[in-house]
Amino acid sequence: MQSKKITIDVSHTAKLANLPLTIAEENLFSNQLSSVLTYVQQLAEVETKDIEPTAQVTGLVNVFREDIITPGLSQEEALKNAPGEYKGFFKVKSIF
Amino acid sequence: MDVTKLTIKGAIQSLKKKEYSSKELVQGCLDQIKRHDATLHVFLTVDEKTALQNAQEADELLKQDITKPLLGIPIALKDLYTTNNLRTTAGSKIINNYMPTFDATVVTKLKEAGAIIIGKTNEDAWGHGSSGENTDYEATRNPYDVTRVPGGSSSGSAVAVATGMSLAGTGTDTGSSIRLPAAYCNLVGMKPTYGRVSRYGIISMASSFDTIGHMTKTVYDNALLYEITAGCDPKDATSVDVPVPPYTKLLEKDIKGLRIGIPKEYFDLQGMQKEIQEVTQTAMKDLESLGVQFKEISLPHTSYAMACYYILVPSEISSNLSRYDGIRFGHMRNQFGAEAKRRIMLGTYALSVGYYEAFYKKAAQVRTCIKKDFENAFKEVDVMIMPSSPTIPFKIGEKASDPLAMYLSDIFLCPVNIAGIPGLSVPCGFTQQLPVGMQIVGPQFSEERLYSLAGEYEKIHEWYTHIPNIK
Amino acid sequence: MKKIYEPVIGLEVHVELKTNSKMFCGCPADHFGKEPNTQTCPVCLGLPGALPVPNKKAIEWCIKLGLALHCTVPAESKFDRKNYFYPDLPKGYQISQYDKPLCENGWIQINDRKIRIRRVHQEEDTGKLQHIEAEGQQVTLVDFNRSGVPLVEIVTEPDFHTIDEVDQYVKQIRRIIRYLDISNADMEKGSMRLEPSISLRVSGSDELPNYRVELKNINSFRFVRKAIEFEIKRQSEILDLGETIVQQTRGWNESKQVTLPQREKEEAHDYRYFPEPDIPPMRFTNVFVEGIRKQIPELPDAKKSRFMKTYNMNESVADILIQEKELGEYFEKTVRLSQIPPVIIANALVNQSMDIQNVKPEEFINVINKKQQEKQVDTGVVETAIEAVIASNAKAIEDYKKGKVSALMFLIGMVKRELKGKGDATTIEIELKKRLA
Repeated sequence: MQSKKITIDVSHTAKLANLPLTIAEENLFSNQLSSVLTYVQQLAEVETKDIEPTAQVTGLVNVFREDIITPGLSQEEALKNAPGEYKGFFKVKSIF
Repeated sequence: MDVTKLTIKGAIQSLKKKEYSSKELVQGCLDQIKRHDATLHVFLTVDEKTALQNAQEADELLKQDITKPLLGIPIALKDLYTTNNLRTTAGSKIINNYMPTFDATVVTKLKEAGAIIIGKTNEDAWGHGSSGENTDYEATRNPYDVTRVPGGSSSGSAVAVATGMSLAGTGTDTGSSIRLPAAYCNLVGMKPTYGRVSRYGIISMASSFDTIGHMTKTVYDNALLYEITAGCDPKDATSVDVPVPPYTKLLEKDIKGLRIGIPKEYFDLQGMQKEIQEVTQTAMKDLESLGVQFKEISLPHTSYAMACYYILVPSEISSNLSRYDGIRFGHMRNQFGAEAKRRIMLGTYALSVGYYEAFYKKAAQVRTCIKKDFENAFKEVDVMIMPSSPTIPFKIGEKASDPLAMYLSDIFLCPVNIAGIPGLSVPCGFTQQLPVGMQIVGPQFSEERLYSLAGEYEKIHEWYTHIPNIK
Repeated sequence: MKKIYEPVIGLEVHVELKTNSKMFCGCPADHFGKEPNTQTCPVCLGLPGALPVPNKKAIEWCIKLGLALHCTVPAESKFDRKNYFYPDLPKGYQISQYDKPLCENGWIQINDRKIRIRRVHQEEDTGKLQHIEAEGQQVTLVDFNRSGVPLVEIVTEPDFHTIDEVDQYVKQIRRIIRYLDISNADMEKGSMRLEPSISLRVSGSDELPNYRVELKNINSFRFVRKAIEFEIKRQSEILDLGETIVQQTRGWNESKQVTLPQREKEEAHDYRYFPEPDIPPMRFTNVFVEGIRKQIPELPDAKKSRFMKTYNMNESVADILIQEKELGEYFEKTVRLSQIPPVIIANALVNQSMDIQNVKPEEFINVINKKQQEKQVDTGVVETAIEAVIASNAKAIEDYKKGKVSALMFLIGMVKRELKGKGDATTIEIELKKRLA
């Protein structure tokens, strides 16, 4: 089957993915991703009517935990790797 | 004591007989690291001081004749494994300074078994790759030929074991990442049944594909580690509550009459190197002498496996990597490497409005078809065999500029992750002085069967004794 | 010419469950007033390698609420990932439910109308943000104590047409939630949050408007009322000018007394939902669901009907007694323990603010008896007073005979005046009715 070439709106996708890209990256990825997406299109050939999608290969259902409190991290441990910290809070540049 | 010639089984006996101490053993590994790591780029973090301290403690316990399954044995952990107070980078620059505050469940189990953690090994960043070249650091080299790749993504762990820098190397396998480096470095590599080993504390790549395994020189060593790491974990809701058999005690099981399936679509593959085909077929002839039966089977959806994989896996990746936002740890997202960015965008696209049905949902349905292919085949055969890779270890840089070509090198390995079944790669020969591996695949929770067959084959050819001559 | 518009309002209510632990980890769920980032773990902090495991009790409570709201509980359900980026969302996705919620297609009676409930589903809460100036810079501070707390989301169809209906719905839902004892549902503390969606259509039309404005981040019902009122006015004015209303999210600005657009952080709401691969799906048997249904206590509406019927109580009194489950229970306990007519106990509870937490029913009985004695008056004296009142209030008698309840109240008041405050209103009522029958 002749695959139709897919082009991806790299800029929009990168925004959705919160990935800042340079123009050079946008151009490079545009071609590379396009070739991958064009390749994967062939799945459309597979007959999948009435086939359930697989989300879990284990067949497990109803895996729960009891409602009990278990030990967690101290404030110090929680903040251990924080790039920015202020009076026990994680600190980031204002989002506004 | 020559660390390059040791196995875990042998080392345990030697430690018991006091031929050397754990401290000497660990020091031997550390010396080997000092000798060759600058060339081979195996480790990202070496925990020398703690390792020697732990070795000393192990020696105290050994003196008192206390036994633990891995007491005093040095192992290397892939840097996707969270280790308390020991830097964990995932092979990435984004968390190059991350100090975890907890151990992964498997790490706790290995520590409780007495293992000594030598350090954290290099890998394709986040597990994204089949060659080791996608690390944000220096690419690991194949010790059999330093101009070639060792396979990935668990590249460092493989080379650590192959060169005696440790006696076992842990890894993860989402599409190939234990079995391929095992094949390229002459090792036994186990990709477990999905859910057999806890994923808690192992940095997630693709949640419904990731499996937690390891590489060793011999089948016995591999089974020994598996007895320790396998088992249900209440902290991992996808881990299965199936009893863990004593794998090491079941290696001598009789394999006469074992039905081995040969998937015809795999051996028909274009792009398979002639030598690989020859070496593998020689190995299969050797197996025949053990009384096994070969049967051709079909896995009809084989040609769609890569497409299925490269929609579902990046989709899960794109979501699993969203937590790296530079707020609670790590650096900003623009510092992701190129392959990570590619996969994040592929996945974001496949899940987005307007494309979800045609890409993600469709791939999830094809996944069911592929899974069924294996289930049907296993009604006629007990295991399957195929080469672990269609090619010998390729040259560094050979596939780096063509991501799609890189993806397609996993053709024999990815379908196994799609189906969630176990795969064991074992050395089966050499060509051009480079290792060739063959993969034994079975239904869910059939690892005993895989080990038995591999163990019997190993008796015929002890390929693990062909250690690399590092130039 | 000005058109008449009808508000079309839907409501999303988020309720924090008062389980011991969070939705997907063992950290404490009770986070109000705690020091920042002292109740976290790798799971709710979204640390690398951490994995979620669902809280069984939270799921049971969500189902309990759905059943109390007449929902069906489908045999299969699952969690999904809702992907977006915001500093209070540690994993970069929220574990929620998309197309297979725990409960769906319920309803609740408000006055003479049924408000349809589209779904009741389970999800996890986010962390809390604060925007301040620190060390000379504008910064955002994040506290993850609240991250991962179990949330139940109740979504209605856009069936509300007046603010009053919304008001009653919120009060009802809150009452039911507290009867089920699954949450304190306290708006001030944030354990209940409201998000109305408002649009307008021309009065008489049946169609749903093609836009809606969501109101978010309003933490008191008083402000929600004001915001809805303002929105209705604002939208009418725009529609009157023949213009279209921008679909957006707005918040209430108390100082300016207006709603204002809120800045959206995600692109066009593409949440890229997909099934949560870290959590296996859920399957519920009939036996399991019925087991939960049995745990539902008598709910406010049923209790109110029963009180009115069993105790011959009038609606306004019953309404008050069912406000809190404890009050109704206190009333019935008192009735069981004494010989005093229930109507008297009811009125006493309603008219005197009893500290039911600290005054036991037995003591309360003594209080009532004492008061009764104080008001004690000879039957003969009462009868005389009644005759006097009847003699001089012919119009009121006529009105009463016509069925006017207010006339009866008037007459009781007159008798009490005659008796100079003595006597018991309930007894007087009984005697009056006998006399006028």
